[in-house]
Amino acid sequence: MAEIAPVRKVAVVEEEIKLKAEEVDLQRAAKLGGVAGLVAVFVSANGMVQAFAERAIISPILSMGYALLFLVPLVIGYLAAKEPPVREGFEAPKKGPRNVVAGLLVGVGTAVGLALFVLVASVVNLRPVFLNVSPELLELLTFGQGVGPGLALLVVACVVLGTVGGLMRLVPDRLRNALWGGLAWTLLIGLLEVVVAQLFRGLGLGFLEDIFYAPLGGLTLTGALVVFVLAFLYYYTVVPRVDAWRANYAQLPAERQRSFRLGALVAVVVIVGLLPQVLGPFVSEVLDLVGIFLLMGLGLNIVVGFAGLLDLGYVAFFAVGAYTTAVLTSPASPRWSPELSFWLALPFVILAAALAGIVVGTPVLRMRGDYLAIVTLGFGEIARLLLLSDWLRPYFGGAQGILKIPNLSIGPIVFRTPVDMFYPILGFCLVAAYISWKLKDSRIGRAWMAMREDEQVAEAMGVNIVELKLKAFIVGAIIASFGGALFAVKIGSVFPHSFSLLVSITVLVLIIVGGMGSIPGVVVGALALVGLPELLREFQEYRLLAYGVLLILMMLYRPEGIVPSKQWMRELHEEELMQDAWLKMEEERRRQAEAQAAEGKPAGQPGEA
Amino acid sequence: MNDKRHPVLQLKDVNTHYGPIHILRNINIEIYPGEIVCLLGGNASGKTTTLRTILGMVKPSAGEIYLDGERVDGLPTTEIVKRGISMVPENRRLFKRMTVLENLEMGAYLRNDPDGIKEDMEHVFELFPRVKERLHQKAGTLSGGEQQMVAIGRALMARPKVLLMDEPSMGLAPVLVEQTFEIIQQINQHGTTIFVVEQNANMALSIAHRGYVLQTGRIVLADTAQNLLNNEMMRQAYLGEM
Repeated sequence: MAEIAPVRKVAVVEEEIKLKAEEVDLQRAAKLGGVAGLVAVFVSANGMVQAFAERAIISPILSMGYALLFLVPLVIGYLAAKEPPVREGFEAPKKGPRNVVAGLLVGVGTAVGLALFVLVASVVNLRPVFLNVSPELLELLTFGQGVGPGLALLVVACVVLGTVGGLMRLVPDRLRNALWGGLAWTLLIGLLEVVVAQLFRGLGLGFLEDIFYAPLGGLTLTGALVVFVLAFLYYYTVVPRVDAWRANYAQLPAERQRSFRLGALVAVVVIVGLLPQVLGPFVSEVLDLVGIFLLMGLGLNIVVGFAGLLDLGYVAFFAVGAYTTAVLTSPASPRWSPELSFWLALPFVILAAALAGIVVGTPVLRMRGDYLAIVTLGFGEIARLLLLSDWLRPYFGGAQGILKIPNLSIGPIVFRTPVDMFYPILGFCLVAAYISWKLKDSRIGRAWMAMREDEQVAEAMGVNIVELKLKAFIVGAIIASFGGALFAVKIGSVFPHSFSLLVSITVLVLIIVGGMGSIPGVVVGALALVGLPELLREFQEYRLLAYGVLLILMMLYRPEGIVPSKQWMRELHEEELMQDAWLKMEEERRRQAEAQAAEGKPAGQPGEA
Repeated sequence: MNDKRHPVLQLKDVNTHYGPIHILRNINIEIYPGEIVCLLGGNASGKTTTLRTILGMVKPSAGEIYLDGERVDGLPTTEIVKRGISMVPENRRLFKRMTVLENLEMGAYLRNDPDGIKEDMEHVFELFPRVKERLHQKAGTLSGGEQQMVAIGRALMARPKVLLMDEPSMGLAPVLVEQTFEIIQQINQHGTTIFVVEQNANMALSIAHRGYVLQTGRIVLADTAQNLLNNEMMRQAYLGEM
């Protein structure tokens, strides 16, 4: 029936060499086991386990302390049981007992570490050196059963959890993601009891609080189960479809996409706007603080993320904003008190911040990288020390600061409570986000990017380096000064000690963790790094430790941040993306070959005729 | 020989110091419109410094530089670039994390004639069809040859009166070097004046009209390309003939 003999499409069945699959590296697992043991001992000996034991996550059975301790073998066991990445020419790895053994090894490592620690600590008094190794801690670690049976229990728990971590590798992807999702949400909802309970009350669903949370704190068993099941179902049924939705969305015409995005934005703003009403004063207080740090994060993101100028003294601009507001609005300003309103003072705040930007920016124009970081670090400290100094005490009040800063008001509306203050803060955040968003794709944003990439070449293209660096410092300074101004009116007073190096560090860490150059990233970073420690007070003491650990982990596993900008993402994961593309291509080719093979057989006969 | 025309770029007794160290000593270079002129010299002879001095990234300690008869030494780099000099830097040095398109747009950073920019962009695509294919790719992911094309394209986007090129042959395979020099010739035929700094004297002289030879900061030879190719000293020192 076919006049032309079909071209032999099928015959190209490539004789591919497949090397034997690489196996899970047990030596690495054993090493990780050692690491897990050390980590477990470390969090016990530095007091975290005991400090966190007060807070229940699931009422009688699981405290935050135990959760921290037992996540160690579980998570590290899971990591250790990961198969090596598939390389071209190798068979796909088979899952099997080796994964479980890897997890088991980590469990054993953790158990050995903790057991040795408990044994040593119960014989020798370690307290002169390790203050936190208290009898209470040992009791916690042995579940109050005494060293003998308690230790056995601890060992069994660690080994079992490590093995479970390994077993998770054998579970199909979809189920596994759902299990982890369920676990993560259960822990999170348990931790965020204050917020969630408030939410229930605020929404008039107070009865839910009694069902979900135990009277002494923590989720009830029912509550935990419900949360777990809901999260599990979400990850099992909804999340796998997100890709398909996204593909559908991408196919929508551009206008509809735009209106869709606009709608989503409005919805988010409305929900966020209603939050403080529902959540009440305590949580609003935390939200206000998150908002102020978010504002500064957005500003620093311009300086560091866009222009590539590592500024470690960003707190100086925050202080300038706060003190300018204080001097201009407070009747208690020591030397000169014009008692302006916040809004009349604002132009002067902007002016002062711009000046401060120039003052800090000018001397560091010719510096880059590490040198810039150190010098700006110095500027940050200078700002604080000047405010504290006797020399400027007549103007800024020295250590006593400036008190009686009046509340913010617009006409008859006065923003008194934390709930009220949320709105101006949100407003300024939106302004800052809009400015960042506009700048990012502008001519000046482009030039910043080029300058970040290669200063000399950018200069040879005609970019005025001096002007651009100053502009970056000035814009960053102004946004930080908004944060400072709001901080001053919110607290009602300013003191030099509010402007420590820690502020600069927190802002920097939150943009690194969230994702440099990405605006949603800054939001997530602010919530996680400022909001969480405020809500979980026992966390405060370990805040810096947590930042450090978080930074190291981020650099190792997700250098682009939690919500990365597309730019960074592409650049950091080029290799992986390429590998993904290659795997997809292979898959596609195989499928085609199969399809053709299926067609090919009947098609082959007319060819012979 | 070009007496009737005015040079588009002229260096008159230019001296440059890095701190106390004397790098360029009484450099005199004249480049006439439509020419390809090459500056030859070994390592550390002051080739790159000459370019940096022209662009105002280092200020000459003595002497004058004229662009189209107007004095430009002492002006900030931005101003000099605006007046019509652009450069293809040594080793290409693209903005690696920006896309090819963004790189090209950076080349036209100081221009605000959207139509003209569009026109020049098309011109670049004509010269380098490959660049058009890679437009939305990160510049850092391109091969060496492709990066060279983008670097040249980026410099052309400024629509310069004089195009400076710093060692275009560096780090490229021989085939690509040849291609690059063909492209330089092609660009020149479209009317761009080119001043190219090179170590590869043979290659440079094969396309240049005239050449200067720089040795430890001094111009030791200046002649037409043909004469330089035949010059006894040149043959021994730079052209690799014994």
